[in-house]
Amino acid sequence: MIHHDVIVVGGGLSGLRAAIEAKRAGVDVAVLSQVHPSRSHSGAAQGGINAALANHPDGSHDTYELHAFDTTKGGDYLVDQDAAIQMAKDAIDIVYEMDHWGCLFSRFDDGRIAQRPFGGAGFPRCCYGLDKTGHYLLHTLVEQAYRLQIKMYVEQYVAKLIVHDGVCQGVVAYDMIHGGFESFTANAVVIATGGAGRTYSNSTNSIVSTGCGMFMAYHAGVPLKDMEFVQFHPTGLFTTNILMTEGARGEGGYLVNGLGERFMEKYAPKFMELAPRDITARSIQTEINEGRGINGQGFVHLDLRHLGAEKILERLPGIRDLAIHFEGVDPIEEPIPVVPSQHYWMGGIDTNVDGATPMPGLYAAGECACVSVHGANRLGGNSLLETIVFGRRAGADVVRYLETLTDKRPDARTAFAAAQLMEQRIEELGAKTGTEDVYALRAEMTETMKEHYGLFRDEATMKAGLEKLLSIKERVKNVGLRWTGSVFNVDMIRTVEFEGMVDLALCVAAGALARTESRGAHYRTDHNTRDDVNWLKHTLAYYQPDAPGPRLDAKPVTLGPFELQERKY
Amino acid sequence: MPDIKFRLKRQDPRSKENPEAHWEEYTVKYEGENLTVLEGLFYIQENLDPSVSFRYGCGQSICGSCAMYINGAYRLACQTNVKHLDVDVITVAPMPHLPLIKDMIVDMDDFFAKYEQIKPWLIRNSADPEKEIIQSAKDAKKIEMPSDCILCGSCYSSCPSAWGEDNYLGPAALLKAYRFEVDTRDEAGRERMPNWDNERGVYRCHTIMNCVEACPKELNPTEGIEWLKRAAVRRRMFKKAK
Repeated sequence: MIHHDVIVVGGGLSGLRAAIEAKRAGVDVAVLSQVHPSRSHSGAAQGGINAALANHPDGSHDTYELHAFDTTKGGDYLVDQDAAIQMAKDAIDIVYEMDHWGCLFSRFDDGRIAQRPFGGAGFPRCCYGLDKTGHYLLHTLVEQAYRLQIKMYVEQYVAKLIVHDGVCQGVVAYDMIHGGFESFTANAVVIATGGAGRTYSNSTNSIVSTGCGMFMAYHAGVPLKDMEFVQFHPTGLFTTNILMTEGARGEGGYLVNGLGERFMEKYAPKFMELAPRDITARSIQTEINEGRGINGQGFVHLDLRHLGAEKILERLPGIRDLAIHFEGVDPIEEPIPVVPSQHYWMGGIDTNVDGATPMPGLYAAGECACVSVHGANRLGGNSLLETIVFGRRAGADVVRYLETLTDKRPDARTAFAAAQLMEQRIEELGAKTGTEDVYALRAEMTETMKEHYGLFRDEATMKAGLEKLLSIKERVKNVGLRWTGSVFNVDMIRTVEFEGMVDLALCVAAGALARTESRGAHYRTDHNTRDDVNWLKHTLAYYQPDAPGPRLDAKPVTLGPFELQERKY
Repeated sequence: MPDIKFRLKRQDPRSKENPEAHWEEYTVKYEGENLTVLEGLFYIQENLDPSVSFRYGCGQSICGSCAMYINGAYRLACQTNVKHLDVDVITVAPMPHLPLIKDMIVDMDDFFAKYEQIKPWLIRNSADPEKEIIQSAKDAKKIEMPSDCILCGSCYSSCPSAWGEDNYLGPAALLKAYRFEVDTRDEAGRERMPNWDNERGVYRCHTIMNCVEACPKELNPTEGIEWLKRAAVRRRMFKKAK
């Protein structure tokens, strides 16, 4: 058994930033991560990070209030306004701090940090480093983590929370290199494991974005909030769903249908290609569904050719490489075939503005958490921001929490038993001759999510999808391990994580079926307007060990200075 | 449905039955025109042999997890389309010259220890300004190439100088040193220099340039190392040289 005052699960931007904050306060903190922290999904983010620096001449009047307003409106008013204001306020300081730590930012001629236009904001606010902003930010925090000598346990698959008398006291992790399960006790745990994009078959996310932190918390009794809100990015590559940054449109790229029209003028005449993602993605899908895809096929074109080779090489070299390698298309010469693709998880572990969950000792930050700053639809450039802002806030609050504790000894017996239980569960799984193929089930589930809980939803389609999910949930019981080796057992990790992913899928389904309105990314053709009278509230989903799906509850939205209005762009 | 043969180099040094390295052959079936090597490995793991171990992360060539030795060259498995290899058999082996853990999993501890040794972080002595540190667009451009490193380890595995000298820092760590030394915001002066200005550092590089060929991101570690060598001379000759 290993002990640290604070355990951070996940080595992406949120996790590292939380660990850095705790470490700087002199706390004994360790990071556990399934991959080396530099390999976290944060690094795949491309376009940028929003902050009202007011560096751009067209945005010299920018303020954090305007940023918070755009965020709230973009989120279709399901945003907790106090949290959005806090995030926008912290944003400015966060970006300067990352600069002071050496992050690469693209610059204006006067040497200040450059800003580009991004969706849902009326003028340029998005700070960026070419089209690899996530990569540069992530490596900067990895570097800081090494500088501060933060203890990192790399290639540890965290499988379970240790909970004693309702208080979180650590985690159980599978050591992928040496084999076996180990209990890590702690006085506080920060979950920073990212989103659950891979519950969909058409995701832009890393293969490791399975939502493991979310289902760990959920199984421990912590509610998941607003799980029905799943973002589809307008422009994933047609064949692989790999992300083509919103920055491509921010730099002036066009969306073009099979008739050669810049069709966004029908849907968002003022913002055009830079409407928020929910609206842009639905517009693209509408064109495709109505037969106006390219040659009637299931994609439209993202056309950058008019930007010219110099600008593409200067500002968008990363997506050019991706388009060449993965789609065989050079954006300098040809338009890029794109399709809306699952991208971001607005919902997640219910936290307050300091990352604290309802369970004492348990914190969450980043995509796995739901504060909520994104409400029903996240604006581009706000997720990198969220990871660092709320990682830092969670790290600071953990330190305050530790100071309030009188008894700092986690219960050894509970911790020991937790690892044993996990070993036992794996032994049972290994002994079973599974009659179901876990990978076939996985494919079936991810396809069900894509087909039944996508951009356009209605009761009949969703109910049919729910039937499929319930059947999968039942059949998972008949899955066994195919290989029981102890070192780097990919089969075991993928089998164990799948059970949790099904539960997350059921939360999406339950929330989406219950919410009889359209708001942000949750669009129902059978209830196609926003219903503020009945649905201006967060959904909470609680795990029920004895039932297949969650118990749903609600929580009020924190309103503030921004009055409800219709979203027009 | 097309299919293609994969030959994997397998080894589990801790196995009691068969700790030796050996090749195993699999037939991978796929739909459509495209199959990446990583997708092929998942196909094998899911359908043919659940015991095969390999690292995976993003699947989009930014995380650096899946560098392997594929048909005689360093490649990211996720970025390699079998169609482009234009061969009958895909051969996949772990990156050579690194301690093996199992199958495609190599031990990266030394690699990251050397990364840590060169102090891979911005060193500042003056107080931070209230806003950003001013850096011209031209100066920001200088750190682009070395900042694009994904720490996949291909260059380190490919470098003959590293094969012969366990303590050599290797191309990736030195590229990282260059990334900070060339950054106008860095104020390390000569603080970082002793860590690379020695026989385990830049002078162990004999400009063989395997690293340049191996890098799946098409970066140029040698260029960075040569810059450091020149900087070391400059700094010895002129007290104030950066």
